[in-house]
Amino acid sequence: MSKELIYLSNISKSFDGQLVLDELNLKIHENEFVTLLGPSGCGKTTTLRILGGFTSPDTGRVYFDGQDITHIPPNKRQLNTVFQKYALFTHMTIAENIAFGLKVKKKSQSYIKDKIRYALKLVNLEGYENRMPDSLSGGQQQRIAIARAIVNEPKILLLDEPLGALDLKLRQEMQYELIRMKNELGITFVYVTHDQEEALTMSDTIVVMNQGYIQQIGSPESIYNEPENAFVADFIGDSNIIPATMIEDKLVRILDTCFACVDEGFGHNKPVDVVIRPEDVELTEPSEGLLQGVVTHLIFKGVHYEMEVMANGFEWLVHSTTLFPVGRQVGIRVDPFNIQIMNKPESEDEEATVIDI
Amino acid sequence: MTSKNKWLSAPYILWSALFIIVPLAMIFYYGLTDKTGAFTLENITAIMTAEHAKALWLSLLLSLISTLICFLLAYPLAMILAGMKISQHSFMIFIFILPMWMNFLLRTLAWQTLLEKSGVINSVLAFFHLPGINIINTPYAIVLGMVYNFLPFMVLPLYNVLSKIDENVINAARDLGAGSAYTFFRITLPLSIPGIISGVTMVFVPALTTFVISTLLGGSKILLIGNVIEQEFTQASNWHLGSGLSIVLMIFIILNMIVSALFDKESDGGGMEIL
Amino acid sequence: MKNTAKKIYIALIFIFLYAPIVTLMVLSFNASKTRAKWGGFTLQWYSALFQNRDIMEALGNTLFIAVISSLAATVIGAIACISMNGMKRRTRSVLLGIANIPMLNAEIVTGISLMLLFISLGMRFGLGTILLSHITFNIPYVILSIMPRMKQLNPSIYEAALDLGASPGTAFFKVVFPDLLPGILSGFLMAFTMSLDDFIITHFTKGAGVDTLSTKIYTEVKKGIKPEMYALSTIIFVTVLLLLVLVNAASGTKNEKAKEKES
Repeated sequence: MSKELIYLSNISKSFDGQLVLDELNLKIHENEFVTLLGPSGCGKTTTLRILGGFTSPDTGRVYFDGQDITHIPPNKRQLNTVFQKYALFTHMTIAENIAFGLKVKKKSQSYIKDKIRYALKLVNLEGYENRMPDSLSGGQQQRIAIARAIVNEPKILLLDEPLGALDLKLRQEMQYELIRMKNELGITFVYVTHDQEEALTMSDTIVVMNQGYIQQIGSPESIYNEPENAFVADFIGDSNIIPATMIEDKLVRILDTCFACVDEGFGHNKPVDVVIRPEDVELTEPSEGLLQGVVTHLIFKGVHYEMEVMANGFEWLVHSTTLFPVGRQVGIRVDPFNIQIMNKPESEDEEATVIDI
Repeated sequence: MTSKNKWLSAPYILWSALFIIVPLAMIFYYGLTDKTGAFTLENITAIMTAEHAKALWLSLLLSLISTLICFLLAYPLAMILAGMKISQHSFMIFIFILPMWMNFLLRTLAWQTLLEKSGVINSVLAFFHLPGINIINTPYAIVLGMVYNFLPFMVLPLYNVLSKIDENVINAARDLGAGSAYTFFRITLPLSIPGIISGVTMVFVPALTTFVISTLLGGSKILLIGNVIEQEFTQASNWHLGSGLSIVLMIFIILNMIVSALFDKESDGGGMEIL
Repeated sequence: MKNTAKKIYIALIFIFLYAPIVTLMVLSFNASKTRAKWGGFTLQWYSALFQNRDIMEALGNTLFIAVISSLAATVIGAIACISMNGMKRRTRSVLLGIANIPMLNAEIVTGISLMLLFISLGMRFGLGTILLSHITFNIPYVILSIMPRMKQLNPSIYEAALDLGASPGTAFFKVVFPDLLPGILSGFLMAFTMSLDDFIITHFTKGAGVDTLSTKIYTEVKKGIKPEMYALSTIIFVTVLLLLVLVNAASGTKNEKAKEKES
C-alpha cells in the first residue's frame, strides 16, 4: 500500500447539540480515489469541510503527511476543494478564476499563463479564457471549478458532490473525465457523494457513512459483494435482506429452509441477517428449487426482467433475463457463494437507520 | 395571462403620465422660461452666482462626506449582520427599520438636545474628563444628521447583497490560498458592488437635496442648495428660478446614476487587463 | 474575542440610532417645558395631548392620508404589476422606469413639480392634493415589492387551475392572488410607512391651514415644539413596536410548529 497522507483521528463534531460525527477515524493514502458515501446528514460533507479547514472539529486531530494541521487555516493547507455548485467567482473571467490561487502565491505571469492553458486543456475547454462563468453551462462551470483547483498542484483534491447539479448523461461523462484527470495528475481525490453508482464507478476505496459513523470501508467490489451490515447492503444496490439463523458453519436457515453457504465463525443457532442480491436469485421449475413461490410482479427493465416472488412469507426481489409471468409457480435457488451473512445490528440506532432508507 | 388584460394597466399609465411626466415637464417649462414666458437659460446659469454656487458646493461636499461615512459605518455592520444565523436576521433588520416609525423631524431635532452645550453627550464626555464638543449649528451637525437619517438606507442594500454571496465562494478563495484581506478586496468587495451602488444612491441623493436637516441642525445661517430652492418657492415665489435650480440638481442626480451604471458595468466586464 | 468586538460595534450603532428616540421618550415625561432642562417626571403631556385640537386634527389627517393613499397605491400598483406581466419586455421596462422616477428623484423636486401641476390645474390645495401626491410616490414602493413575486410566479399554476376547470377569474383569485398576497401586503405596509413619515412632499402640496404631524412639527420648530408632540410620537412608536413584536412572535411560533411537524 502507498504512503499514508491523511489521518483523521477521533474526530467528533456537533452542531446545535446534534452529533454529526462521532469519533471518526479515517486514513487516506497517496494517489487513492476515496469516496465518502452516505445519505444526506450522514456527516460526509462535514468530514470534507474539516479536511478543507472550513470547519474545525470539537475533538480529535487532523494529520497531513504526519503533521498536525487541525488548526491550520484553509489558505495554508496543501489541498484544494471543488465546491458544491462550483462557487466560481462570477465577477472574474475564466482565466482570472483559474489564476486566482496562483496570483495569491505570486507566481510569474508567464507561469500563470502556461498553467491556465494547461488546465483548460486538461478539462477540455481550450479557448474559454475570456468568458464569464455565467455564460457557461453547468458541466463547463464544473470543469472550470476543477481547473481552478488543480492548477495549484494540491496533494489532495477534495470534491463535494461535484456532479450533483448535472443531468444524468453529463454526470456519467464527467465520471470518466474525473478518473482520467486523476490518473493524469497522479494526486489523491477525496470525493463526497450520496450516489452509490458514482461511488462504485470511480473509487479505489469507498467509505460508507451513516449517522456520523463509518459503516464500512473497502473496495467497490467488497462493499457491493460483502456488505458488513444491513445498512450498507440496503444502501448499495438492490438487495434482499432476510432475517435468518446460522445453524452452524456453512449452513444457514432462511425462512425455515436450510441453505448451504460459505461463511464460518458465526457460532451455532445464532440469529443473523443474510443479503442476497436480486441477480443472484435463480428461478427454476418448482420441483428444482429449495423454496417454492409464486411470481407477483413483473417489470421489463431493458437489460433484465425485475420480478417479485412471494415465497414463505417473504417477497423476493429477482433480476433475471428469463421471463416468468405473473402467477407462475417457481422454485428459488441461491448459490452458496452468493449468500452474504451479516451480524444483526447491535444498537437500536443502527437498526433505526435501516428503516430510514 | 393574456393580452386582453393590457387595458388593466391604463389607470397606472394615466396616473404616471399626469403625476410624474407632466409635473417634470412643468419644471422644465418654468426652468427654461422667464416671467413673460420667453425662453431663457438665465435660471440655469443662476447657479453660477456666488450665493448659489456656494450653496451647491456645500451641499455636494456635505453629502459626499455623509455618504462616505455612511458607507464606512454600514459595510462592517452589514458584514456582521450577513454572517449571523438566520433566526436573528429579521430581528436585526427590524431594528434598523424601526426608528423610521418615529417622526423624522422629531428624531433629527432630538440631536439638538443631545448635542447642546449642557446636553447629554457633553455631560457624558465631561464625566470621563474628555473635552466637550460644540457642533450644533455647524456643518458638522448637518453631516451628523444626514448620517443618522440615511444610515439604514446604506445598511439594507449592503446587507441584502452580502447575505446573498455564497459562503462557498468565500471558502473557495481561502481554499486557493488567499488571506482574509485579499479575499475581502478581491472577492467580497467586488461582489457587493451592486449593493454599494444602490446604497450610495439612496444616501447621496436625499443628502444632496435636503433642506430639512440643514434647517433643523444647521441654524439659519447655513444654506444648502435645497434651502435655496425651497425658499424660491415658499418665500420668494420665483418659480422660474426655483425650477431652473431644480434642473441643475437633477443633472447631478443623473450624473450619479451614470457613474453608478459605469461602475456596475466595469465589475461585470473586467477582462484580462489584471493579468 | 472577535465576537465581542462585533457585538460592541452593533451596540454602538444601535445606541447611535436609538439615542434620539430615547431622548424624545424621556422628554415626553419632562415637567419642564424647555428641552434643555429636566423638571421632574410628569404625565401631564399625555393628558394634555388629547385635549389639543390642533395635534389631534393633524394626527387624524396624517392617518387618513396614510391609509387612503397606501390603499389606493396598492390597488393601482397591484393591477399595474399584473397587467405589465403580459407585456413585451421593452414596454414593461419603460413603464417600470417611469414608476421609479419618484423614488430615484429628489423629494424636493417631486414636491415642487406636483405643486406646479396643481397650481396650473387651478386645484385648491388641501387634503386632496396631499392625497394625490402621496399616492404618486407610494406606487413605486408597491410595484417594487410585488414585481419580484410576480416574476417568481410559476405560470403553470394559472394554467393548471384553468385546466382543472376554473374560470379565469376564479383561477386568478384562488391561485395567483394568494401567491402575490405577501408582496401586496408588504407593499402596502411600506407605502403606509413612507406616507406617515413624509414631510417634504407634503410641505409643498398642502394648503394653508391643513397640517399633517410632520408639517405641524416643522412650523413649531422655530417657536419650540409642544411637549404633547413628544408624548404623541412616543405613543405611536411604542404601539408600532408592540404590534411588530406581536407579529414576530406569532410568526415565530408558527415557524417552530412547522419545523416540529417536519421532524
